[in-house]
Amino acid sequence: MSQGPTGFALSCPIPISDYPEVLLAHGGGGRLMRQLIERMFFAAFGGSDAPAGDSAVLDPARDLAGAGRRLAFTTDSFVVRPLEFPGGDIGKLAVCGTVNDLAMAGARPAVLSAGFILEEGLPMETLWRVVCSMRDTAATAGVRIVTGDTKVVDRGKGDGIFINTTGIGVLDHDLDIGPASVREGDAVLVSGDLGRHGIAIMAVREGLEFESPIQSDCAPLWEPVRALLEAGVAVRCLRDLTRGGLASALNEIAADTGLRIHIREAAVPVSEGVRGACEILGFDPLYVANEGRFVAFVAPEDAERAVAALRAHPVSSGAAMIGEVAQGSGGMVTLQSSIGANRILDLLSGEQLPRIC
Amino acid sequence: MKYLDEYRDADGTRRLASAIAAITTRPWTIMEVCGGQTHAIVRFGVDELLPPSLTLVHGPGCPVCVTPLELIDRAISIASRPGVIFCSFGDMLRVPGSQTDLLSVKARGGDVRIVYSPLDALRLARDNPNREVVFFAVGFETTAPANAMAVLQARESGIGNFSVLVSHVLVPPAMEAILSAPDCRVQGFLAAGHVCAVMGYDEYVPIAAKYRVPIIVTGFEPLDILHGVYLCVKQLEEGRAEVENPYARVVRRAGNQPAQEVVRRVFRVVPRKWRGIGEIAHSGYGLNEGFEAFDAERRFGVAEVSVQEPQECISGLIMQGLKKPHDCPAFGTRCTPERPLGATMVSSEGACSAYYRYRRTGPS
Repeated sequence: MSQGPTGFALSCPIPISDYPEVLLAHGGGGRLMRQLIERMFFAAFGGSDAPAGDSAVLDPARDLAGAGRRLAFTTDSFVVRPLEFPGGDIGKLAVCGTVNDLAMAGARPAVLSAGFILEEGLPMETLWRVVCSMRDTAATAGVRIVTGDTKVVDRGKGDGIFINTTGIGVLDHDLDIGPASVREGDAVLVSGDLGRHGIAIMAVREGLEFESPIQSDCAPLWEPVRALLEAGVAVRCLRDLTRGGLASALNEIAADTGLRIHIREAAVPVSEGVRGACEILGFDPLYVANEGRFVAFVAPEDAERAVAALRAHPVSSGAAMIGEVAQGSGGMVTLQSSIGANRILDLLSGEQLPRIC
Repeated sequence: MKYLDEYRDADGTRRLASAIAAITTRPWTIMEVCGGQTHAIVRFGVDELLPPSLTLVHGPGCPVCVTPLELIDRAISIASRPGVIFCSFGDMLRVPGSQTDLLSVKARGGDVRIVYSPLDALRLARDNPNREVVFFAVGFETTAPANAMAVLQARESGIGNFSVLVSHVLVPPAMEAILSAPDCRVQGFLAAGHVCAVMGYDEYVPIAAKYRVPIIVTGFEPLDILHGVYLCVKQLEEGRAEVENPYARVVRRAGNQPAQEVVRRVFRVVPRKWRGIGEIAHSGYGLNEGFEAFDAERRFGVAEVSVQEPQECISGLIMQGLKKPHDCPAFGTRCTPERPLGATMVSSEGACSAYYRYRRTGPS
C-alpha cells in the first residue's frame, strides 16, 4: 500500500474515535471542529506546513518553483453518487479534476485548496477513506493541499460529501495552449480508451453486473502532459474529457475555433467491457464521461512522436491518433463511421438516457 | 466485439452495397419499421451507400414517438402526486406533454425514477409498502412480455401497491394502416427484428400477400440492414411479395412462445391512439380481465385526461413514410431536441432526432 507524504498508509487507523459520525458541531467553529481539522485534515494533508491562519501564504519561488512564470488558476466542485466506486472515490476525483484542469492549460500543478461540505451523520470512517485518497492522489500528482474549509449541513441536505478544490499551477514553458492555437491540419489524439468512468458509476448506481467490473479511469493527467512537453511536441490545445465525453469536448473546441474537426470512429479506442455496456444501455461511448482521459491537438509533423510519448506513460498507454482538423470552416465535428460513411458528431441536448428497447 | 464487429465491417458493407446497386433497375421506396433501425441507418450512414433510386423511409416503430400526448399527461398527473414513485424507461422522461415533462416533475419534487426493467419497479413496490409504485408500460411487442411478467408476479405475490400505466402498441396493425392509406408510397418493408424475436413472423404472411409487399425480417447492424434491403429489392425486381427471414440468428418463425403466453394471460388487444397518426383498431394492448386492480388509469382516475396534438408537427406523416424530417419547415428551427414540437424530435430513436443529430449541414 502506498505511503502518503505524512507517513500514513491507507489502512492506518482513523485518528478521530470520539464520534463515529459527523455531527453538526463538527462544522460549528468550536472544539469539535478544531479536532476534525487538526486530527484529520492536517494529519493527512498538512504535515508541518499546516497553515497558521485561514490563508496559506505562498512564496512563488519556494512553493511554486516558478518565480517569473505564468500561473494557471482554476476551481471545480465535486458531487458524485456513490461516494466510492470501482477505481476511485470522490476524494480522488476532487484532486484529479482540478489537477487535470491545470494540466490542460499546460500547467504543472503546485498547490490545491480543499473545501468540504459534509452531511450530518456521514460515517467518520468514510470521510477518513476519502481524505486518505485525496492525500495519496495529491502525492501521485505532485501537488500539495495547502488550505481548506469545512462546513456541515443538516442530515438530508447534502449527499454525504461535497468537495470543492481550487488549484494553482505553473507554466514552465512559453507555448500558448488553447483553442486559439489550433490550426488546420493539426492531428487529434486521445490519451486512452473512452467511457470507463461513466460506465463504472452507472454500473454501481444501477446494480448492473459485468463479468469483469469496469474500473473508472480517474487519474491525474499532468505526467502525460509533461511527457508531451518534454518530448518537444508542438502542443496546440488540450482538453480533458469529462461530462459529455469526447464528442462534447471536440464540439466545444470546434465552436471556439470555427474549424471543422474530423475523426474516424474505428480509430477511437473503447474497451470491450465499455462497448458491451453501451450496447446494452443504448449509449454512445463518445458521449460517456471520463475522469482520466484527454484529447490533444498537436502539430501534424509531431503526431507520431506525441503518440509514442503518451504511450510511454502508464496513464496514457492506450493513446491513439483519431483524426485531424480538416479543411474548410464550419465550427463542427464530423465523423467517419465504422462502415466508411460520414456524418455530424453533435452535442447532446441533455444527459444520455437509457432507451426502451 | 464478437458478434457485433462482424456486422459493422466496412468491406462487407461495401460488397453488399455494390450487390444492391447491381440488381436495382428502378426506383423503389422501402420502409424500415423500427426506430432502432432508423437510428442505425443515419448513425452509420447506411443510406449513403445505396443507389440514389432507392429511398428508405422511416416507420412508426419508436415507442416514445407514438405514445399519445394524453398518455404523457396522464403519466405526469400520476407522477406529480405525493406518495407515488413513478418508474419509467429513461427516454420517456424528456418527452413533452401538453404542459410539462416528467423530468420537470422530478425537478419539482416528484419521485420519478428511471428503471431498466419493470421487475425493478416491482421490487421498489415490495420495498416501499407505504408508497404507490407505478410503472409506465410503454413499447411494442418487445417490452410487453417483461411488463406482463411484472403484473403477473405482483398478483401472485399479492403486491397491492403496484400498478402499470399501459400504452402498448403493436406493429402489424400499424403496417396495415400505412399500406391502406390512399397516398401510401411504401413498396416493401424491413420488419423490426426484435419484435419478430418475440412474436415470430407468421402474422406478416397475410399482409405481404394482401398488399403485394415484400417483408424482410431485419436486424439492427449495418450489414443486417443492407442484407434486408438487398433481399427486399431482389423481390421487388422479380415481382415477388413474400416474407423472408435473414435475421435467423435471433428470430424463429414462431417467435418466443413462453413470452407470448405470458402476454396473452395479462393483456388483451384493444384499439390504441398513435401520436400523430390517430386511433388504429386492434393496435395495442390493455390489461386483461382479472388484472383491473393493476390498472394505474383506474387507480388514479386519469382515464379521462384528453388533449389535442399540436397542429404544426408533421411527425404522423413522417412515421407513415409520407414525409422526411427535412420536409418539415419547423425542422431544426422552431423544433429542436431542446424545444421539441413532437416526440420524433425527442426520442433517441425518433427520425427527426436522428436527422438533427447526424444530418444537419451546419452548426446550430
